Amino acid sequence: MTLELQKPRPIWQIMFSTHHTDVGLLYLISSLTFLFLGGSLALGIRAELFLPGSQIIADSMTFNRIFTVHGTTLIFLFIIPFASAVGNYYVPIMVRYKDMAYPKLNAIAFWMIPPAGVLIWLGFADFTWYATPPYSIISAPGPAADMWIFGLKILGISSVLGALNFVVTILKCKHPDMSIGQIPLLAWSFLSSSLIIIVAIPTFAAALLMLLTDRLGVSGFFNPAMGGDPISYAHLFWFTFHPEVYVLVIPAIGMMYEIIPRFSRKPIYSYNSGIFAFVMLSIVGFSSWAHHMYATGMSFTEKTVFMVGTLAAVPASAMHVFNFVATMWNARIRFSTPMMWAVGGIALFFSAGAGGVVNSAMPLDFTTHDTYWVVGHFHLFVMGTIAFGSIGFLYYMFPYVTGRMYNETLGKIHFVLSFIGTVLVFFTQHVLGLYGMPRRIYDYPPIPEWIAMNQIASIGAMIIGISMAVFLANMIHSSAKGKLADTDDPFGLGGKYYYPFEAKNPSH
Amino acid sequence: MSGHSNWPEWIYVAVVIALMTWVGAEAWEAERLVEHVPADAKTIIATGQQWFWTFEHEDGTKEIGELHVEVGKAYKFEVVSTDVNHSFNIHDYVVLIDAIPGRVNTVWFAPDKVGEHDIQCREYCGLIHYNMRGTLYVTEPTS
Ligand code: HEM
Ligand SMILES: [Cu+2]
Ligand SMILES: [Cu+2]
Repeated sequence: MTLELQKPRPIWQIMFSTHHTDVGLLYLISSLTFLFLGGSLALGIRAELFLPGSQIIADSMTFNRIFTVHGTTLIFLFIIPFASAVGNYYVPIMVRYKDMAYPKLNAIAFWMIPPAGVLIWLGFADFTWYATPPYSIISAPGPAADMWIFGLKILGISSVLGALNFVVTILKCKHPDMSIGQIPLLAWSFLSSSLIIIVAIPTFAAALLMLLTDRLGVSGFFNPAMGGDPISYAHLFWFTFHPEVYVLVIPAIGMMYEIIPRFSRKPIYSYNSGIFAFVMLSIVGFSSWAHHMYATGMSFTEKTVFMVGTLAAVPASAMHVFNFVATMWNARIRFSTPMMWAVGGIALFFSAGAGGVVNSAMPLDFTTHDTYWVVGHFHLFVMGTIAFGSIGFLYYMFPYVTGRMYNETLGKIHFVLSFIGTVLVFFTQHVLGLYGMPRRIYDYPPIPEWIAMNQIASIGAMIIGISMAVFLANMIHSSAKGKLADTDDPFGLGGKYYYPFEAKNPSH
Repeated sequence: MSGHSNWPEWIYVAVVIALMTWVGAEAWEAERLVEHVPADAKTIIATGQQWFWTFEHEDGTKEIGELHVEVGKAYKFEVVSTDVNHSFNIHDYVVLIDAIPGRVNTVWFAPDKVGEHDIQCREYCGLIHYNMRGTLYVTEPTS
C-alpha cells in the first residue's frame, strides 16, 4: 500500500526525513497531541461553569488564559496541522508526483510548529484568540502576550510556506497525463484552501507586527491614547480570519469527498459542482469579514454590504451538502467508522450553517453576538464538522499508515459518544446565548435557566472527554497490536475498485 | 459526473438563493426601522470602564452600575469607553453596542413595561469582565 509501509524505523530517521509521508506522520502526531492538550483545557472550562461560583479554577485570570490557549491551540495547532498531515500523505499521490514540490521547505514548515506551540503554551496569554486592542496593548500581561504574538507569527509563516508548497505541487508537479479537472476533490480542496491562505494571512501578519510595536510603545496604530484606531485592527484581523474559517473547513469537506463516495460505493454525484463550490467559497469568502463587527458601530450601509457578502457564500456551502446527500441517495452504504463520522459531520455542518444565517441577519445578530450562541455556532463547525471530518479521515487512513486495523467497535463507540456529546454541548449553547449569557465569563449569576443549560453542556463535554479516551486507547493499542489490515480492501467494500486513488507512488 | 442531468441541483441552489434573498431583505427592512432614532429620545451617556458602567442623564445626574428610566419614553445611549473595548448590553431589550475608546456609538430603546433588567458587558475586557454587570430599573413616570 501507499502511505507508509516502509519497515519500522527509529524515530530520529523520521524526524530528519523530508519525505512527504514522514512529514505527514510528524504533522499527524503533533496535531493529535495538541488535540488532546487543547481538549483537556475545554474540560476545565466546562467543569468551572458547571455551577455559579468558583469550582475548580482559582481565579478569573487563569480562566481567561485557559480559554485563550484552548482556542488558539485547537485552531492553529490541531485543525490546520491535521489538514497538512492529510495533504502531505495524499496530495503528492493524487497528482502522481514523487513528493511535495519542495521537500525541505515542507519539513521546515512542519518544524516551525513545535516551537510556536511551546511559546503559546509557556506564555499562556489571556487576551482571547483575537487579541483585540487596546486591551492587548495596554492591559494584557506580558510576556505571555508577546509570546503569543511570536507564536502566531511563526504559525502564519508555516502556513504560508505549506500553502505555497501545495499550490506548486498541484499545479506544477501533477502528472502531465492528468488535467487539473481530473485531480480528486480532496486535492482540489487543498488547492482552494492554500490559495486562501496565501491571500489572507499576510494581512494578519502585518497586524501582528503592528500590535507588537504598539505593545512596545513605539507606535500607536491601534492605541486610541496615541491617536490610533482599534477598529482598524478588527478589520485587518477579520479580513484574514473570516476567509480562514474556509481554510479550516474546506480540507475537511475534501476529506468527506474521499470517504462518502467510497462507502456509498458510487462515484460522487457531481465532481464539477464540488470544484465549483470550493472555488466559489474561496472567492466569496473574502466579501464577508465585517459580519463579526456589526456591533462596533458600523453604518447601516456597511452592515448591509457585509450581510449580503455573507449570505452570498451560503449557496456554495449548501451545494456541498447536496452533493453528499445525492451521492448517498439509493446507495449501498457501508456504515464503517469513517463513514459514520463523515455523515455525522455533514448533519452538524448543516445545523451550523443554519445558525450562521441567523448571525448574518443584522438585527438578529444583536441578540446572538458575543453570547454563547456564537460559541455554539462556530463549535458546530470546528468540532462538529471539521474535527468530525478529520477524525473520520484518520480512521480511514489508519490501515494505510499503520498496516493494521483499528478496533471497529471502539471506533463506533467513539463516534456515538462524541455525536451525543457534541449535540448536548453546542446546541444547548445556542439556547444559552438566546437567554443572554455572554461568552468568555468566568462566573455567572445564578439564573436558573443558565445553570440548567450550563450543566447540560458540561455533561456533554464529559461525554466527549470519555469518547476521546476511548479513541486514544484504540489508536495506541491498534497501531501496535491491531490485526493486520487487508490493504487492498481494508473496509470490506468489495474490491480494489472502491479505492481508486491509491496508485503506487513512483518513489516507493 | 457530467453524464447525468443536473436539474435537481439547480432547483436546490435556486431555492437556497431565494431563501437567502428573503432573509437578507427582511433583515434589511428590520434593521432600517430599528436604526431610526425617535426625535424626542432623551440622551444618556453610558461609559464603560474596567469594570463598571456609569450613566449620565441629560440633566447631569450620574448613576454607577444602576440606571433608572421611565416607562414609555425613548432613550438614546451614547456609548463610550475610557480604557479598553466593552459592549453595552441590555439583553431583554436587544440593546447592544460596543464601547470603544475614541468613539461614540449610539443605540436607542423605549422600555414598554415597568420592571428590572440586567445590564452586562458582552465584550471581553479582562479580569472582572464576568462581573461587569448592572441593573436597569424601568419606573412609572414621576411627573
Ligand atoms: C464554514 C465554516 C464556518 C466556520 C469554521 C465558522 C467559524 C466561525 C467562528 C470561529 C466565529 C466566531 C468568531 C469569534 O467571535 O470568536 C464565527 C462567527 C460568525 N459566523 Fe461563522 N463559521 C462558518 C460558517 C459560517 C456561515 C456559513 C455563516 C453564515 C451564513 C457564518 C456566519 C457567522 C457570523 C455572522 C458570525 C459572527 C457572529 C457574531 O460574532 O455575532 N459562519 N464563525
Ligand atoms: Cu466570519
Ligand atoms: Cu467586558
